[in-house]
Amino acid sequence: MRSPTRLDEPPRGRFRWPFAGSGRRTVEAWLLLLPSIVLFAAFTHVPFLRTFVDAFHSTPKGRRPSHFVGLDNWVDLAHDPIFWKALTNNTLYALGTIPLAVGLALAMALFVNGRIPGRAALRMAYFTPTVLPMIAVANIWLFFYTPDYGLFDQIGGLFGLAATNRLGDPSTALIAVMAVAVWKEAGFFMIFYLAALQQIPPDLREAAAIEGASRFTFFRRVTWPLLAPVTLFILVNAVINAFRTVDHIFMMTGGGPDNATNLLLFRLYELGFKFWDQAQASALTVVLIVVLASVALVQFVFAGRKVHYR
Amino acid sequence: MSAVRIEGLTKTFDGRAAVDGIDFEVGSGELCVLLGPSGCGKSTTLRLVAGLEEPTAGRIFVGDVDVAHLPPKDRRISMVFQSYALFPHLTVAQNIVFGLEVRGVAKAVRAERLARVAAMTGLEPYLARKPNQLSGGQRQRVALARAIAGEQPICLMDEPLSNLDAKLRAEMRLEIRALQQRLGMTMLYVTHDQIEAMTMADRVVLMNEGRIEQQGAPADLYERPATVFTARFVGSPAMNLFPAAEGAGHPVLAGVRPEHVRLVEPTAGRLVGRVAGLEYHGADTVVAVDAEEGVAFAVRCPGRARAAIGERVGLAWDLAHEHHFDAATGRRREAHFTASQREPVTA
Repeated sequence: MRSPTRLDEPPRGRFRWPFAGSGRRTVEAWLLLLPSIVLFAAFTHVPFLRTFVDAFHSTPKGRRPSHFVGLDNWVDLAHDPIFWKALTNNTLYALGTIPLAVGLALAMALFVNGRIPGRAALRMAYFTPTVLPMIAVANIWLFFYTPDYGLFDQIGGLFGLAATNRLGDPSTALIAVMAVAVWKEAGFFMIFYLAALQQIPPDLREAAAIEGASRFTFFRRVTWPLLAPVTLFILVNAVINAFRTVDHIFMMTGGGPDNATNLLLFRLYELGFKFWDQAQASALTVVLIVVLASVALVQFVFAGRKVHYR
Repeated sequence: MSAVRIEGLTKTFDGRAAVDGIDFEVGSGELCVLLGPSGCGKSTTLRLVAGLEEPTAGRIFVGDVDVAHLPPKDRRISMVFQSYALFPHLTVAQNIVFGLEVRGVAKAVRAERLARVAAMTGLEPYLARKPNQLSGGQRQRVALARAIAGEQPICLMDEPLSNLDAKLRAEMRLEIRALQQRLGMTMLYVTHDQIEAMTMADRVVLMNEGRIEQQGAPADLYERPATVFTARFVGSPAMNLFPAAEGAGHPVLAGVRPEHVRLVEPTAGRLVGRVAGLEYHGADTVVAVDAEEGVAFAVRCPGRARAAIGERVGLAWDLAHEHHFDAATGRRREAHFTASQREPVTA
């Protein structure tokens, strides 16, 4: 006899919503999901909704409780030059670091995927920056950038170059912190490319060689298209990281000089936890989420069409 | 003129010779099968011809050009891989014309070749599909179509049928052979399956431990095996081998094919044994007999054999069907002599 509630026999035919219907089985399912739902809700969904609600309210001050202000918070944000500066900086930061980090990751992966002596050591070396905490990385680079006796100035000194304060100069500070991000991110992305490259059967390269494809043609016609899903994944992550990772800003510049390295999340921290301006911080959070969500969506919708998934 | 000529070809990996100074030729328009057990060097030989491995020594002629050190693309070859090596992100059509496109063949020519090759291989309905939407047999055809589309004089095949089920394999054997003959292609075909070798080849090169054991037409290998290895490897079930009387001071192995042995009364045979097993194939039955001195015999009997397991039987055959090998060297001995000193068959 077939029992309708046997767990090892999923209902066939028409799709059913996971918790449609009633009965003991549904209750059990919900109970099993409860722990993770509670944690997820408490630390992700509820804060997100609270932030969204807060963004329409004023900051509570002393005896004046928070009240509904409509879109005022965003209007204020739009009039804040530092917000625009941070947004511009962050856009430049993303446009500068992402292509470089991803390109470098691919180049390194292609290099250590080949038959070269000591490739295990090389792979590890490339991956090391990923293992280090960003705080440590920032400290290392802080030393590199130190005027006069830092690594760069010591090397520059050998060629008779004058000491420079790269982090102290508004025209170079952003580029200096971008370099750190590229250095840190490239190794991480390399691992994904390396894993994907190793999924490509060597037969394909041999078949292409017999068919007359040069190494470059093989890369352009076969390797690169087959890496597309990974590239998409990496790009989405890179964009999120470009707006999310600001640890080194704290360590290296504090957003300065003159907001030259102020990024959106750093600005958010300043508003929320230095100035305790809850309303502005909430509004900026919503802006940040909208920016990230739309970039990710665009990437999936437009790139996803061309990507071949195996 | 031979289409492919191999001279003293050697390939060593870490001091061990995978291919050990072999010589053979493939005539133009011939289908030559490299046959042997796994690890015999047949695939390495094919990869050397393809240019996917660099030979340690020796020469490889395609036509009259020594291609041993040319890149694969300049060797005028095409190849079908065991895994098919189809590009997963390209459609069937794109896969087939990949080589033509890369070599800069004009678009009109590409379209014309694609149409012709697709018709030949029956792939017309699938041209827009990706490889993962095809069955194993269809993928095989795509690989074949890609190899044909290049119109190279030599086609190399590396165990092309080993990933197919038995029925499909039988169909593809016929199809590949027909295609090869129709197009007049020279084909070098690697397989460990002796049925493929026997049914498809004009010439078989049987390899063992990096060397050529014997080469010739399939019937030559079957009817006049030059060594014990050939005798055991070609033919299924394998040739029955048993120690025969010593002739001229040499220990001799005698061999007789299962289809040449008859089951007779225990008193009437050249050897006596006990039936150990029956394998019914429909058209015939292979009877396993444990003969005296621990020799295992296979006997192919037409139809359904009337033997019972454990029954004592005699094994009989005509002396004309006996093969003789030097037990020490494994080489064939031509001098015909009475190998068996048992009473001649009277039944």
